[in-house]
Amino acid sequence: MLIRQGAEARVFKTTVDGREVIAKQRFSKGYRHPDLDFKLTRGRLNQEARSLIRCRENGIAVPEVIRLDKDSSTLFIEFIQGPTLKEWIFANRDEQQEKQTMTRVGQILHCMHSHNIIHGDLTTSNMIMDAAGELVMIDFGLSQISSSAEDKAVDLYVLERAFVSTHPNSERLFAGVLEAYGCDDASQGVLRRLEDVRMRGRKRN
Amino acid sequence: MAADGNSKTIIALGLEGSANKLGVGIIKHVYPAGIPADTELRPEMIELANVRDTYNPPPGEGFLPRDVAAHHRSTIITLLNQAFEEANITHKDLDCICYTKGPGMGAPLQAVALVARTLAQLWEIPLIGTNHCVGHVEMGRAITGADNPIVLYVSGGNTQVIAYSQQTYRIFGETLDIAIGNCLDRFARVLKLPNDPSPGYNIEQYAKRGSKYIELPYTVKGMDVSFSGILSFIERIAKNEPEKYTPEDLCYSLQETMFAMLVEITERAMAHIGSKEVMVVGGVGCNVRLQEMMGQMAKERDGKVFATDMRYCIDNGVMIAQAGALAFARGFSTPIEDSWVTQRFRTDQVHVEWRT
Repeated sequence: MLIRQGAEARVFKTTVDGREVIAKQRFSKGYRHPDLDFKLTRGRLNQEARSLIRCRENGIAVPEVIRLDKDSSTLFIEFIQGPTLKEWIFANRDEQQEKQTMTRVGQILHCMHSHNIIHGDLTTSNMIMDAAGELVMIDFGLSQISSSAEDKAVDLYVLERAFVSTHPNSERLFAGVLEAYGCDDASQGVLRRLEDVRMRGRKRN
Repeated sequence: MAADGNSKTIIALGLEGSANKLGVGIIKHVYPAGIPADTELRPEMIELANVRDTYNPPPGEGFLPRDVAAHHRSTIITLLNQAFEEANITHKDLDCICYTKGPGMGAPLQAVALVARTLAQLWEIPLIGTNHCVGHVEMGRAITGADNPIVLYVSGGNTQVIAYSQQTYRIFGETLDIAIGNCLDRFARVLKLPNDPSPGYNIEQYAKRGSKYIELPYTVKGMDVSFSGILSFIERIAKNEPEKYTPEDLCYSLQETMFAMLVEITERAMAHIGSKEVMVVGGVGCNVRLQEMMGQMAKERDGKVFATDMRYCIDNGVMIAQAGALAFARGFSTPIEDSWVTQRFRTDQVHVEWRT
């Protein structure tokens, strides 16, 4: 059953060995050169599986990888039930809970970055609040492995932009994320770099 | 403001000179049933004049702010006279003067703002400071009839994916470093392509004759893109291995790669917001290959692409008149003491009072 048609993948819910799973099938894009298309589709398929496995090995909550089928560009992963963080924020009325959740986002990102996992597409739609109340990170297609403060800062910047454009008047939400994120020297360094990244784009004040 | 029964008319002069194009435009907005108080403003738009003059430096060189400002100063009176002649009106028919407040290059912005300020005092009509990017968006909407599209705004100084919500044009994605047009212009300089009619146009012609795809860095981060890595990479191979790659193949590969990045972030924004319409504005939006790729993406998702031609894609005066006249209809004007210009003026800083 098709549950979501994203920009570059169709997401199906299906069963493997009697278990409910997600099948994420990447499709090629007619608008781009075939060589570039193959490089991106195949690269992201592999990278998503790799990063999910690396997260799991390091105790970061992500869906379990079940199978990778290169012929059909399909990644089979565990199905996570629950609202996206975006939906959760819109529905939530409890400020205390909201603050705790932002702290949790910051802690998770800190943990991911300390293992050099750069998500590459952080948005509030790419985090799911599961039944146990834990945030599960998804959609690692644009991820990469990097130890550079620059890459980590850009990762945070992408999330900041997503907050601003999706959740009006959400400055304090993202501030809560950063507060929890900057809990050691390395992540303080990333936060200083984030200042540079913010100023680099054009036409800023 | 002329009124005939309930009908209201606004005639606006628009002056644009934030980069190397100087544009003077005159438009007429007609509200047959008067200006509605609480619905979106959708006046009938009649273009009375749209004249432009471009400053082009020699091949291999970029344009310097002081030279551009000198060009604007020496050309603006001629263009103004031309515009009034084309429109067949006099300054007495004008309701307001709209000028570009920013963003753009400081010296050229100042040169044009000075003229706008002087004329407003001389003719005793209100002055409207306008955001350049919002001008592009409003002109695109008026010309194409797109209602509420995702907007890809691509030019020499800007690369943004914009969507409207709550009286703001929000920026969903943008460049993390240099603008796409800046990247194309700078590569055209490496190849010593002529700046006439524009460096980007000449890259496009070279690209049409290219066929071999050279793999270049591809950098998409969420809905943002980065072009500085691809530029230094392609500059390096063009300079160090000129015998290995033809300029045609380099231009072709550069376009294919950069445009694919733009189409990707635009599609991601469309998927994110659930929109089926996309509109391309800004100078790079003239590029037929970009329009074609965008069209193919839109088709694959049952959507529609709206594009404008050279008259409106490239910086012009009517777009400033268009956005300014809408703000004016909502009672906005810029007092003389606030009629400064700014190089940094983000699209999302404008309160879009004329939409709901």
